[in-house]
Amino acid sequence: MLPILAALALTLTVSPALAGENERVPPVTHAATLKECGECHMAFQPALLPAESWSRIMDGLRDHFGDDAGLPDDVAADIRAYLVGHAGRGDGRLMRITEQRWFEREHRFRDDVRKNPDIRSKANCEACHRDAARGRYEDD
Amino acid sequence: MKTVIPLAALAAVSFAHPAPAEGPRDAILAAYAAAAAAESPSFAGFSAERGRALYLGPHTGGKPETPACATCHTPDPRARGRHVGTGRGIEPMAVSASPTRFTDAADVEKRFSRDCPAVLGRPCSAAEKGDVITWLAQQ
Repeated sequence: MLPILAALALTLTVSPALAGENERVPPVTHAATLKECGECHMAFQPALLPAESWSRIMDGLRDHFGDDAGLPDDVAADIRAYLVGHAGRGDGRLMRITEQRWFEREHRFRDDVRKNPDIRSKANCEACHRDAARGRYEDD
Repeated sequence: MKTVIPLAALAAVSFAHPAPAEGPRDAILAAYAAAAAAESPSFAGFSAERGRALYLGPHTGGKPETPACATCHTPDPRARGRHVGTGRGIEPMAVSASPTRFTDAADVEKRFSRDCPAVLGRPCSAAEKGDVITWLAQQ
């Protein structure tokens, strides 16, 4: 963990203003979402994106940010219904959580964050937020 | 007498299949073997050695960042891997370390259908899928 914590200290400056209930979201409870989305990245909580963004993502699984994340139609429909039905607020034109305005306000990443093998991606929430999979992001 | 025959049958099955996951895995391999024979008349069974070579690569033709299965799954299939793009941990591919590997046909086919194009730039043949599973089942 030490390299991760050191990287955290170096890569983020944090606004304390939003600590509290704003930094918790309901955890994912839908089995297919946990299984299929969680196979390649943490299964992001539906409240992290607005419904329009989730719809766009589910429309384009065959090219999912460069990866093929295609699913059988029935499984994709099931996951779409869960994500859209529990969506949060934000800019529906943006598909990436990391491009949402609230995310950018909360995070300042060093340019070399992708090179750190313990982080790799801005979307690797758990590299820094250890309870992110439970919807808890206040530990920063 | 009613219980004797089922118990005897159960004993026979458990001797033939000491690990419970072997039934589904054998069925998946048998399906790939049938497909491989249909794809190529010269197919003469799976090869763990060919599977190892395919797994380790490196290959060209796929995405530059994923030249081999081993890129994300590590060269040692008994070790935990890590998705090269997202950093997500991946459970070991070796059956000795992950006993439920290759026991759900739909999941197996889903992963091959995504990962072979990423690594090779083309789908895997049925023979290649069977080769890799055969090797990983021995690890």
